[in-house]
Amino acid sequence: MIPAGFEYHRPADLASAVDILRAHGDEARVVAGGHSLIPMMKLRMADLRHLIDLQAIGALKGITIAEGTATLGAMTTQHELIENADLAAAIPLLREAALQIADPQVRYMGTVGGNVANGDPGNDMPGLMQCLDARFELYGAEGTRQVAARDFYEAAYFTARSDLEILTKILIPVPASGTGYAYAKQKRKIGDYATAAAAVLIGSDGASVAMTNLSDTPVWSEEAGTALASGDIEGCVAAMLAAIDPQEDMRGPIAFKKHVAAVILRRAIDSALSRRA
Amino acid sequence: MKDEVQSPEERSATLKGMGCSRKRVEDVRFTQGRGNYVDDIKLDGMLTGDFVRSPYAHARVLSIDTEAALAVPGVLAVLTAKDLEPLGLHWMPTLAGDKQMVLADGKVLFQGQEVAYVVATDRYAAADGVAAVEVDYEDLPVVTDPFKAMDPDAPVLREDLAGQTEGAHGPRRHHNHIFTWEQGDKAATEAVLAEADVVAEEMVYYHRTHPMPLETCGCVASMDKVTGKLTLWGTFQAPHAVRTVASLISGIAEHNIRVISPDIGGGFGNKVGVYPGYVCSIVASIVTGKPVKWVESRMDNLMSTAFARDYWMQGKIAATKEGRITGLWCHTTADHGGFDACADPTKFPAGFMNICTGSYDIPVAYLAVDGVYTNKAPGGVAYRCSFRVTEAAYFIERMIEVLAIKLNMDAAELRRINFIRKEQFPYQSALGWEYDSGDYHTAWEKALNAVGYDGLRREQAERLEAFKRGETRKLIGIGLTHFTEIVGAGPVKNCDILGLGMFDSCEIRIHPTGSAIARLGTISQGQGHATTFAQIIASEIGIPADDITLEEGDTDTAPYGLGTYGSRSTPVAGAATAMAARKIRAKAQMIAAYLLEVHDDDVEFDVDRFVVKGAPERFKTMKEIAFASYNQAIPGVEPGLEAVSYYDPPNMTYPFGAYICVMEIDVDTGEHAVRSFYALDDCGTRINPMIIEGQVHGGATEGYAIAMGQEIAYDEMGNHKTATLMDFFVPTAWETPHYTTDFTVTPSPHHPIGAKGVGESPNVGSVPCFSNAVHDAFRPFGLVQSHMPHDHWRIWKIAEDLGLHV
Ligand SMILES: Cc1cc2nc3c(=O)[nH]c(=O)nc-3n(C[C@H](O)[C@H](O)[C@H](O)COP(=O)(O)OP(=O)(O)OC[C@H]3O[C@@H](n4cnc5c(N)ncnc54)[C@H](O)[C@@H]3O)c2cc1C
Repeated sequence: MIPAGFEYHRPADLASAVDILRAHGDEARVVAGGHSLIPMMKLRMADLRHLIDLQAIGALKGITIAEGTATLGAMTTQHELIENADLAAAIPLLREAALQIADPQVRYMGTVGGNVANGDPGNDMPGLMQCLDARFELYGAEGTRQVAARDFYEAAYFTARSDLEILTKILIPVPASGTGYAYAKQKRKIGDYATAAAAVLIGSDGASVAMTNLSDTPVWSEEAGTALASGDIEGCVAAMLAAIDPQEDMRGPIAFKKHVAAVILRRAIDSALSRRA
Repeated sequence: MKDEVQSPEERSATLKGMGCSRKRVEDVRFTQGRGNYVDDIKLDGMLTGDFVRSPYAHARVLSIDTEAALAVPGVLAVLTAKDLEPLGLHWMPTLAGDKQMVLADGKVLFQGQEVAYVVATDRYAAADGVAAVEVDYEDLPVVTDPFKAMDPDAPVLREDLAGQTEGAHGPRRHHNHIFTWEQGDKAATEAVLAEADVVAEEMVYYHRTHPMPLETCGCVASMDKVTGKLTLWGTFQAPHAVRTVASLISGIAEHNIRVISPDIGGGFGNKVGVYPGYVCSIVASIVTGKPVKWVESRMDNLMSTAFARDYWMQGKIAATKEGRITGLWCHTTADHGGFDACADPTKFPAGFMNICTGSYDIPVAYLAVDGVYTNKAPGGVAYRCSFRVTEAAYFIERMIEVLAIKLNMDAAELRRINFIRKEQFPYQSALGWEYDSGDYHTAWEKALNAVGYDGLRREQAERLEAFKRGETRKLIGIGLTHFTEIVGAGPVKNCDILGLGMFDSCEIRIHPTGSAIARLGTISQGQGHATTFAQIIASEIGIPADDITLEEGDTDTAPYGLGTYGSRSTPVAGAATAMAARKIRAKAQMIAAYLLEVHDDDVEFDVDRFVVKGAPERFKTMKEIAFASYNQAIPGVEPGLEAVSYYDPPNMTYPFGAYICVMEIDVDTGEHAVRSFYALDDCGTRINPMIIEGQVHGGATEGYAIAMGQEIAYDEMGNHKTATLMDFFVPTAWETPHYTTDFTVTPSPHHPIGAKGVGESPNVGSVPCFSNAVHDAFRPFGLVQSHMPHDHWRIWKIAEDLGLHV
């Protein structure tokens, strides 16, 4: 469990970070909290010669809420997200989900940016961000662009981000007050990725539903959201079941995962409805 | 003096002897991060060793190219079987009479097997060296199913055994067969089964798991070429046996080997065996003349060093219509992996599985165990249980439940009418053991009353009705277990490991000022020996436990003993401690009598002193006696005050307990919540109640893990699927249930202080208890048997198969 040797870089600004990325191509990777990347390096599944630590880049930190949008710096830790009272008041769904990620030790280090950029189908934040219709801001040599979370995930570990771009911030529209919300997750133990997890928002003008670890990308289903908005819970569940594509692993066989996906989704819907004002 | 006005009770309390919840003296260093574990050992010029491991479960090793590895900066050597062969060390004997490859000799038999050993200046260089070794494999057909392994045309796993029809434990009847072990009366048992009113039959599988101590296995070998002396520090549960084995296989004279077990971070059986890492580190130290350290990673530990369980137990239990058990039959297929590396006493290739008649008075029984080779890691150690006792307890406690279903009886009542009665002890079991003592009915009634058993059953029935009405999706399961342990191996007449009798030892030395040091042949891995053994001495000879240093684990200083596993430390070394203390007390009596100018018989022991009979104001304290032993010329008495005892136990001890678990089960997700867990343990005399409680909490938590999720799983290609803690379940504080502990006290009649051992009882008792709770929840729907671990999907599958999801 010892990684191969690598060079460690700690640039102070984004431009320098991108320069280092460009200089070393796919031999380089940025590291945020390291709680997904470093285990992969220790298992020698990720073999990198250059590691670019983003910790010293001030521009990647901070949480602001203004004009109906919450902006999270990519280097915001999951712990900071949980602790921010304004954010918890504006988007309680975020906090509810973050509390179900890993354990406190991991959350002190793990970042929101790392979680959404990683592209691991097990990560909770990608589905959550799709449910919230967040946008990711990417910074590269050609400048800055934004990609919708719903368009970001292509396959396991493949995203719309190019290897030479850095995710700088996440912009989330603050749901209208009174929107019902819930994040429900089944896991085997503390610190485990989801067997099935569901993020649900139900407002007066629509609903949004996404699920995690049931396919090689997060699954947001427009059809499921539409059905739910019209009060058709069974239609919502059916649409979601049609959209997911779980694989067998130590958490269980496919039939079990499908069953649990439906149960967890229904529970999230119940809880979101009960919170809708 | 204040001392003289203290009452005997007050004087006794200051000793912190037996019965006192004395705080663990070890925790002062452990809670400050000041323990000294193997990986803390750093010696000048120390090198590191690491293994190249097989990615295949069964393959021929065509070639090993070490050139690139040797070119890695810091890599000094790469050992392969070819290098060890001239020394005769490419294979080594196992504790079970088999032999095991130290490094792959032509083929590999399990994924993770040691193929080459890289020696480097540090861990980083070693890991880079490992990655650079190129091995060419040709894969072979894999067998992971022990039943398929016995097919006539199954692949031959152990080519080295070709043509050998006689194994270490009798005839082998197939190329993948290791042994058959039979106990009891087959014909009589089958006759009873044929005529019984009722026979329940079931396959009970106790899945493969792993002891997973927090600290993995490791060692530091240091060969001093000037003195010719080898020092070996390691995570050894049996340091003295390791010294003898190391001498026998290396040819180094035993007095030139010093084995030291420093602090050990949990063992649970995983650290009893001898591993390739030890052999390679010793060889590497001899070759380089430098100390060599080897410490497993978590994955190494889960993949290659000793697993536990993996018993397929086919059972038949016969009874009268009224529920009196008349006979028990069991055939076990034991999956041993690629080598038989179990750590059982020599004459017991399936350990004490023949305790499988449990707590019940069963007139006839028969047990057969077939050991089988498969393409899995070797091991088969007792994971916090005495030699396969947890398998035996799980088997009988499941069979009782299965029989209760067949008889349509309450399982608590079925147990009650079949318990061995108090007046039947010492009890001769149908499978050959003499149970020393017990009072099962008292414990059982106490347990049922404590949990309010009848009320629980009513609540369960109401919940069931609510479930049927569609008002809830959660069922209640009530898990019952009454287990009987067999620990304290063991009498030298029938217990040995590699020919070493399973006695144990204690040496006590009283210093002139009345404090003391005691050394034992055992080794604590977290059990708190330094705390409890000092308490035994304190009570036996009347010096405060706080004034006694306790040392274990250094073979140059400690008396010879067989180590710590199988809950044997208190039954065997604890007895030796009491006996050594009594020798000292006898000598102290002579000294006291001399000092008091009376006859030896005219003084008597009183807590911490000898007093003249009838004249309690005339006394000599142990402190005074200790000093006198060093400065008085006493006719006929040697100076000094010390003693050693080697204790050969006359019998095993038989702790028992009654456990009851209440569990809520979510039929839709397969999730569960343990609502309560009550554990009554009878371990005989209780030396330190707080340590007992801690042992029960720890063992029950391991049992919870095993029953509810922990497993070593392989796919059909023999790929290990649970080699990290993401998939191998170890409960954190979050998952761990709350426990209520309780006790009865039935002292062992043959143990000097009546103690029986407790470390393993909670693992043995809790696994069937949790499992029975899951089964019990689904009993009304017709569930008879479903294998562990009861993780979410398997519980969901029970409900699915019973049609509860429509
Ligand atoms: C025991 C354990 C349990 C866990 N349980 C969960 C869980 O239940 N749910 C869950 O969602 N996660 C879980 N995680 C993962 C954890 O939340 C990670 O911290 C998170 O996935 C990644 O965040 P990070 O900051 O650590 O990223 P890193 O590990 O540093 O990076 C992950 C990947 O993202 C890339 N990256 C990081 N930041 C950026 C950026 N700003 N721009 C571009 N690329 C970037 C890196 O190059 C890397 O490829 C667990 C981790 C552990 C160790």
